[in-house]
Amino acid sequence: MELINIGIRSIFIENMIFAYFLGMCSFLAVSKKVSTAIGLGAAVIFVLTITTPVNWLLQEYVLKEGGLTWLGASFAEVNLEFLQFIMFIAVIAAMVQLVEMIIEKFSPSLYGTLGIFLPLIAVNCAILGSSLFMVQKDYNLSEATVFGFGSGIGWMLAIVALAAIREKLKYSNVPDGLKGLGITMIITGLMGIAFKSFIGIAI
Amino acid sequence: MSTETLEKPIKKESEALFSKRRQRIVSDPLNEDNPITVQVLGICSALAVTVKMEPTLIMSIAVVFVIVFSNLIISLIRNLVPTRIRIIVQLAVIATLVTLVSEVLKAYNYEMYKVLGAFVGLIITNCIVMGRLEAYAMGNKPYDSILDGLGSGFGYAWIILAVAFFRELFGSGSVFDFKVFEAIGWTNFPTNGLMVDSIGAFIVLGLIIWVQRAKTGYVEN
Repeated sequence: MELINIGIRSIFIENMIFAYFLGMCSFLAVSKKVSTAIGLGAAVIFVLTITTPVNWLLQEYVLKEGGLTWLGASFAEVNLEFLQFIMFIAVIAAMVQLVEMIIEKFSPSLYGTLGIFLPLIAVNCAILGSSLFMVQKDYNLSEATVFGFGSGIGWMLAIVALAAIREKLKYSNVPDGLKGLGITMIITGLMGIAFKSFIGIAI
Repeated sequence: MSTETLEKPIKKESEALFSKRRQRIVSDPLNEDNPITVQVLGICSALAVTVKMEPTLIMSIAVVFVIVFSNLIISLIRNLVPTRIRIIVQLAVIATLVTLVSEVLKAYNYEMYKVLGAFVGLIITNCIVMGRLEAYAMGNKPYDSILDGLGSGFGYAWIILAVAFFRELFGSGSVFDFKVFEAIGWTNFPTNGLMVDSIGAFIVLGLIIWVQRAKTGYVEN
């Protein structure tokens, strides 16, 4: 039950984009067409679902104070938390590379669809953000996995919806200075208001 | 993006410390080539901290510090780094500097460290930092790179400070926690909850972009 709640919360209420502004760069840059938005969204879900639990294991068994106790009692006081950022970003970069190779080997068609988006994901803030939030919120392994997956779904939902709106927007008459980024920010704000209505939903 | 990378200054005599060209490196990103409103970079991590002025100021200082020093370091080692692994090298340099910022903040201003939380760490994936390293520091001299970092950093800082000003003014009725409306005798100023929320940031930023682009005349296709 708790897991379902975390899932719903991470998709709708604590949506990566509308609540935390994470992954905005690619959100704004890749949301011009629905088809590419779907591709990037799928890749983000994929990478988030893998990196969040992997970073959880890393945090729990290496970085946390006393995390290295399994190596022997003398490691009980080692605290490597200051290495958190470097380790997390290294794991993410490595995972993205790995995922890219696996997809290329087993599903060339999917690889062709995702194309350049895969390597770009390494610098998507939503991925690193999800790992950092997972530490901040003290989740356990299964909760962290669900949180990563849910955040990915929420992100994809947002980017696909925005892409659909922007496709329609091409035919409307927007003031010059507001064209492009400006109107997109305001649309994102309005979409955020819609997502606010999910607050309080729990099973 | 920027055209600076193409320009390779060949100079016989040494250039003045603040020559015209160098002044432009700093002043361009403040307005005409602003990283947020024109280049659309780095909106990711820092909008979330713009609820109040104070954390925004700390965040801006952190980002300026990281951009300037990562630009300097990358520019110093730019000829030693093989192009194939440059992204990893850049990420390592940025992550090290961000760790430094985060540890300093934790030691000297723990309250602020707790407010900013994960967002300090997210400077790593701030596209402005990576973008400047890729587009400028990899091909330019250290001193110019520092100036470029300063320009981009301040261009970023003033936009998020502007967003924070309006969000705090209308959301909490204060500026730097100083109750403005109470001070002028308006005791029951109706604060706007939407401004405190993330939605306020999107809309305020959208409007600031509009004003800014209307002034510079930049139009996106």
